[in-house]
Amino acid sequence: PFLGILGGIVFANRVTPYLFGLPFILGWLVFCVLGTA
Amino acid sequence: MNAALLIIFATMVLALVLGLLAGRGRRMDLEQWTVAGRGFGTVFVFLLSAGEIYTTFTFLGGSGFAYGKGAPTFYILGYGSLAYVISYWLLPAIWRYAKAERLHTQPDFFARKYRSPALGVLVALVGVVALVPYMVLQLKGLGIIVGTASYGAISPTMAIWIGVAVVTVYVMVSGVHGSAWTSVVKDIMILAVVLFLGIYLPLHYYGGTQPMFAAIDAAHPGFLTFAPKGSSIAWFDSTVLLTALGFYCWPHAMGAVYTARHDRVFRRNAVFMPLYQLILLFAFLVGFAAILQVPGLKGGEIDLALFRLSIKTFDPWFVGVIGAAGVLTALVPGSMILITASTLLANNIVRVAHPAMSERAVSLLARALVPLVALIAVYFTLNGGATIVALLLMGYSFVTQLFPALIASLLPRNPVTTPGAIAGIVVGVAAVTALSLTKATVGSLFPFLPDVLKDFNVGIIAMLLNLATLAVVSAATRGAIDLRGPQRLPARK
Repeated sequence: PFLGILGGIVFANRVTPYLFGLPFILGWLVFCVLGTA
Repeated sequence: MNAALLIIFATMVLALVLGLLAGRGRRMDLEQWTVAGRGFGTVFVFLLSAGEIYTTFTFLGGSGFAYGKGAPTFYILGYGSLAYVISYWLLPAIWRYAKAERLHTQPDFFARKYRSPALGVLVALVGVVALVPYMVLQLKGLGIIVGTASYGAISPTMAIWIGVAVVTVYVMVSGVHGSAWTSVVKDIMILAVVLFLGIYLPLHYYGGTQPMFAAIDAAHPGFLTFAPKGSSIAWFDSTVLLTALGFYCWPHAMGAVYTARHDRVFRRNAVFMPLYQLILLFAFLVGFAAILQVPGLKGGEIDLALFRLSIKTFDPWFVGVIGAAGVLTALVPGSMILITASTLLANNIVRVAHPAMSERAVSLLARALVPLVALIAVYFTLNGGATIVALLLMGYSFVTQLFPALIASLLPRNPVTTPGAIAGIVVGVAAVTALSLTKATVGSLFPFLPDVLKDFNVGIIAMLLNLATLAVVSAATRGAIDLRGPQRLPARK
């Protein structure tokens, strides 16, 4: 979770492609939260 | 009286009745009033801990920040998840020690671990200072919610006074039992309302979330991603890390930990809490939906985004339901803050000055201090202008300064001495105060640094000063006098 949220955000900082109907960056964070669980 | 106002008042009365009933049939000594006799199971501990996520900050701050700031809002989704990972190992260790030593408050933990009543007093003062902006945040939100949802029939000031009266009465009577019972109703209502709004509003106005974000991106290019400078990825990472470390350093968060029946509760909650955190996403969606529908909110007004859009969209009775859920998001966390702040003052400041005080006298004093703490919070609420997120970040900056001494105390051999812990906290808190008052940033303090470092959350500076002081003073005082006694944790129960 630390790598995904703090590190992954560097590569995820864009709007497209949409992920779960959300901007890619927000979709990535949602993926990280689900992954944390 | 309009329908919205009727529903909001009915909810306040329900909260009051539930809060009073919760204390029925119990002898409210300090142990019951503050930590519920350490008898709460997974559900109540979950709800009390989740109270940290679902406050007016979720309801208004999350949606308002999304409306006004865009991408920087995403930090709210990140820090909770990391805090829950840390909690899997941190909270059971704290709970085992607190149960073995029969502790009631966060300063008790520090005072006992470092064998220093002075450190306990310092931690209590830091806790109270951090809790005031957190309580102000709840009351400010309460005023906005009732004032707006009642269509102006009740002024925010009147709403704040009524809310404070309700929460003060049930806290004095039932303590943490009242908070636990009302949190059940609060979480059911907030879940239903935020999920509905977050799904319905983007569908209603844009046809879905993807078309909504496409429209926002077209109207405000760059709003949905981190900027190269300012609120950049460096700001995001440093803010997420700082707030994740500070998450369980709040005095009332530690108080919720003490209420647990056994330590497996925390490990179980660490699995489910991240999923619960996703509700925040739906609060963000409401704020994003408002950007193109109720444009023009500036400064502190951004906290109104959710209600301005709701009033534009729904009938008054449904606005009342939204307002009622919002009222509970202020009252329940507010009750935990009042219990914690008054117990800190009675148990960790007054009692240290008067060691002969009995447990019963401390319990009575703590309950008597509840209205006083509430009045102080009302004063600052009516005389301050900061936004909800700004208030929360300030409180976090203070409590995070306790993290290094807390973690060190849980190590098998604590490398930090009592003077080191005290000096580190004092320097860290002084740095936070100075940086807040001067509104300094890393960039303004160190203009020669590369851009990526200039964007770091300024709290990092306070934390680094704290760590450096803690290390130097501990090295200088180690072996001079060992005040701490044995540091070993009690065996796992």
